[in-house]
Amino acid sequence: MIVYILKRLAIAIPTLLLLIIFSFLLMHAAPGGPFTQERELPAQVLANLNAKYGLDQPLWKQIASYIWGIVAHFDFGPSFVYKDRTVNEIIAQGFPVTLTYGGVSFVVAVVAGVTLGAVAAVKHNTIIDYFAVGVSIGAQVLPNFVMAPILVIVFTLILGWLPGGGWRFSDPSYWIMPVIALSTSYMASIARIMRSSMLEVLNSNHIRTARAKGLPGHRVIWRHALKPALLPVISYLGPAFVAMITGSVIVDIYFSTGGIGKAFVDSALNRDYAVMMGVTILVGALTILFNLVVDIIYGWIDPKIRY
Amino acid sequence: MKLTTALSALALLVAAPTAFAADVPEGTVLSENQTYTFWLLDAIKSMDPQINTDVEGSDILRNLFEGLYNEDAKGDIVPGVALSHDLSEDGMTYTFHLRPEAVWSDGKPVTAGDFVYAWQRLADPATASEYAWYMELMQVVNASKITAGELPPSDLGVKAIDDHTLEVTIETPLPYFPQMLVHGSTFPVRQDVIEKFGADWTKPENMIGNGAYTLTEHILGERVEMDKSDTYWDADKTVMTHLTALTINDVNQGLTRYLAGELDRVDIPAGQYPRLKKEYPDEATSLPYSCSYIYMMNMSEKGPEALKDVRVRKALSYAMNRDIVVDNILQGGQHPSYNWTHWATAGFEMPEIDYAGWTQEERNEKARELLAEAGYGPENPLDLTLNYNTSEDHKKIAIAAQQFFKPFGVNLTLNNMEWKVHTDKMQNQDFDLARYAWCGDYNEASTYLDLFTSYSGHNNGHFFNDEYDALMKESKTAEDPQPLYTQAEQILASEMPIIPIYHYAQVDMISSDIKGLPTENVMQTWYGKDLYRIAE
Amino acid sequence: MVIDSQKMKSLAEATSREDVAGRSLWADARRRFFSNKAAMFGLVLLVFVTLFALFGNYIAQWSNEEIDFSVMGMVAEQGGPSIANGHYFGTDDLGRDLFARTVQGTQISLAVGIIGSAIAVVVGTIYGATAGYFGGRLDNFMMRAVDILLAIPYMFVLILLLVMYGRSITMLFVGVGLISWLEMSRIVRGQTLTLKGREYIEAARAIGVPAPVIIRRHILPNLIGVVTVFATLLVPNMILTESFISFLGLGVQEPMTSLGALISEGSGTISYGTLWQLAFPLLFFVLTLFGFFFVGDGLRDALDPKDR
Repeated sequence: MIVYILKRLAIAIPTLLLLIIFSFLLMHAAPGGPFTQERELPAQVLANLNAKYGLDQPLWKQIASYIWGIVAHFDFGPSFVYKDRTVNEIIAQGFPVTLTYGGVSFVVAVVAGVTLGAVAAVKHNTIIDYFAVGVSIGAQVLPNFVMAPILVIVFTLILGWLPGGGWRFSDPSYWIMPVIALSTSYMASIARIMRSSMLEVLNSNHIRTARAKGLPGHRVIWRHALKPALLPVISYLGPAFVAMITGSVIVDIYFSTGGIGKAFVDSALNRDYAVMMGVTILVGALTILFNLVVDIIYGWIDPKIRY
Repeated sequence: MKLTTALSALALLVAAPTAFAADVPEGTVLSENQTYTFWLLDAIKSMDPQINTDVEGSDILRNLFEGLYNEDAKGDIVPGVALSHDLSEDGMTYTFHLRPEAVWSDGKPVTAGDFVYAWQRLADPATASEYAWYMELMQVVNASKITAGELPPSDLGVKAIDDHTLEVTIETPLPYFPQMLVHGSTFPVRQDVIEKFGADWTKPENMIGNGAYTLTEHILGERVEMDKSDTYWDADKTVMTHLTALTINDVNQGLTRYLAGELDRVDIPAGQYPRLKKEYPDEATSLPYSCSYIYMMNMSEKGPEALKDVRVRKALSYAMNRDIVVDNILQGGQHPSYNWTHWATAGFEMPEIDYAGWTQEERNEKARELLAEAGYGPENPLDLTLNYNTSEDHKKIAIAAQQFFKPFGVNLTLNNMEWKVHTDKMQNQDFDLARYAWCGDYNEASTYLDLFTSYSGHNNGHFFNDEYDALMKESKTAEDPQPLYTQAEQILASEMPIIPIYHYAQVDMISSDIKGLPTENVMQTWYGKDLYRIAE
Repeated sequence: MVIDSQKMKSLAEATSREDVAGRSLWADARRRFFSNKAAMFGLVLLVFVTLFALFGNYIAQWSNEEIDFSVMGMVAEQGGPSIANGHYFGTDDLGRDLFARTVQGTQISLAVGIIGSAIAVVVGTIYGATAGYFGGRLDNFMMRAVDILLAIPYMFVLILLLVMYGRSITMLFVGVGLISWLEMSRIVRGQTLTLKGREYIEAARAIGVPAPVIIRRHILPNLIGVVTVFATLLVPNMILTESFISFLGLGVQEPMTSLGALISEGSGTISYGTLWQLAFPLLFFVLTLFGFFFVGDGLRDALDPKDR
């Protein structure tokens, strides 16, 4: 088990390295730089800026010193555009926000999705089942950039219950709409997976046996059906989590939460090389970590898996 | 603005130095809640006066710092840290008399030395400011050489005679020099603070300013909070106690939140002004704003052959139906434009431009003739591309332009790209037609007209015209430059290197209880200290 | 939207079982598919949407780029759906015919979905089959590479590509296609490994049939089931991805449009009294997704019946 984890972590290093080099080259090959602006800068000012941010160095040197900065000092450098901030500061400000609403959304999606899916399966072919299927199919195809403005119109403009945007850690009323917008479609996906795998498990031999033995229905479900039915849900969680981080772009744009999703898109548009690299690496590392965690949980639930 | 009038206006103001800050009429009942929340489209890139490059950043900086002069609601300059100035006979040495009671937020006096430091810092190549060219634009002695690294910053033509007397020497007389001092990049900063904290000095806990407000919180891309500063020299007259700026990236979302009462001011999305004006007549406003929207045509060697023909350029300009753009797309009180300089620019006399007076049918007729002469028409179509950067409004205007040109046999291919790519392509003359807009740095026509001189860094279409250059050079020293500006505009109209489209308006929803925002200032410069909220 | 990887594995096993392989599998599957109500409903939706995309232009009275100047500027009052002025779905904000634009947007969305998913399937299948068939070090290396690529946040890379190199349909096809081949390659590889151990393939190898021929003749046919299902289920994913890209303003160039772009425009003006601008594109978006969704699920259930 430990060997397995170490092996996986060992792959993480070349992965991140590849990601760094790839994004770095992609970025530098793109037209326009961080200091391209409407008023073309005097040559000397541009030279000064390039010197200040090390852009006058050969590319390989820039990559090397960038990687060295991260490895040696955990320093992702200064932002090229938000000039009084470093990348570390920008991430330190935005990431906890994204992680908070992302994490809450994730939990909501899993809990609600699993419950909805399980109930639908148990009440197979009843009105509850149809309702659950309808909700989950509908929610999956409704883009969250359609849902977000509707939420604000309903909850802020018409009802006046919730703030229309912004972020406060101390006040969960700011969290509600971002969480709804972000979690709904994942909740629906999870519900669908859960429903079908639960149905399969309920029809399988060992459940039939358990029922035949006369065990009460809810105990069969709790003790025997739920755990195996969860397996496909768990393998979906890795990709879902990454997609949620990406989806945070929309949340940040509509709810002005100040998270890293918007920071990433802005940095790409502004050619803010340092912030862009920083966020990409962060999300890459999270992806690796999360996939690993999911695999470990998977192995822990499914005894058939050996490392 | 003429030199003489500028001076006499200042003299008047010096005589009555208390006529500003929040000017609350007698009998007004003020609200208990003196807070003002306004909208920002994007995150504030920097709170450092010498580093900031954005209009939105300037809006914040004007509240946290104060320069030599401020603007009043009409856009005229009024004393800030400077009470007045003397000008030497040759028009090249300004001596500013600073307000003795002005202090920083830690209680230390604002001195001439603070300005000297700030100005040197702006020009200093070590600062690598993207606005270093502003010192050059102000013609301060040695500015360009310092920025180029040929002279040390200490050689800049600015010095402190004593703590409250600042002397500036400029290279040529510049009638509008005092207007330029309103700009954020000339604001004073504290050397000791910057040296102590480095780039962190703009953090709320470190920042020392001399403006009417102090920074209490800045969450990047989320909000900026500012409290009234008790040390500000005019704090007694400052009514608004707290300012909040909220970043909302989506204009429609901004409007929804304004209507929900979360904001006091927000931009109105294109096309929504007429409806909102009907529903909220006291809140929807449209005021001229000093920016000009054009399609630039590429006349350089890399550009298409057709655009080197003045007949084609004119035909395209004539075929552009500006009334539809303004009345049916933007619908926010913008003015259709047939010239370059914004119509409301101070002192600017609109030139007589022939095609401005024609009907669109006449223009279309003329366009068809000119194109035919040049050998183009529906049988022999002209294919061009139009580059524009990502924005809902630019997109709409570009689509309309495509439709306007189509009947003339001009096929426009739309090419939408990101801002940086767009700018990069323009600067490398890699375009046929490109959307372009320019906002005045100061309220005088030269901020626009200088752009099309052959030595300007922004003349991306490579319109080179000796007569035009000569006019603009002459205007720098002319006693009355306005006739020269008018002539320059006429050259633009006869050579047509650009398709003027419209002059901007600032189209806003503003809470009806907020008073004191500028109404006649085409620069739309506002100060929190001038605002107050009345009781409803 | 998600593709359940476990079900795909089980499907792959089911379709390459020796006992059911051959004609009867497909005949049975067809029977099961056509008796599945949801799948038939999905098929009807898809046929409808496809007909709309292909022949809608013959009904449209306007082109997708013409501006109706009599409506422009008063869209909220006069741009609503109307038979009289030929704007069956109303007009967009500029006064362009929304019916024609929806037809054209549906074309683009379908094209992005189908071509993107085709790219993913082709690349994934070839890659997976190669790795699985040759095995050993090559397999090891190829699968490690997949592991590494799986850890890259693709949406970020796609955004970078589109932001930095301008938008083009090709870039969009390639971009969305390249996101999804990894999972496919894993399933195909696993399946190829199983098939490779079969006697008839070992026999073929023993008599010296070259590898590409074996792969083409014996391995790929056994993968058709799983590939078809995967591709069908991938299409709605591609369409959703494209809509996200369009929302960010990185989609196709005007005057072309996609359903995602139309929805994004419509949702911006949701409170300005022009609800049709959201409703019609969203309707076709939802119908398309449902169609692929139900058909994909139906195909899978048909090929991998649990009641066996």
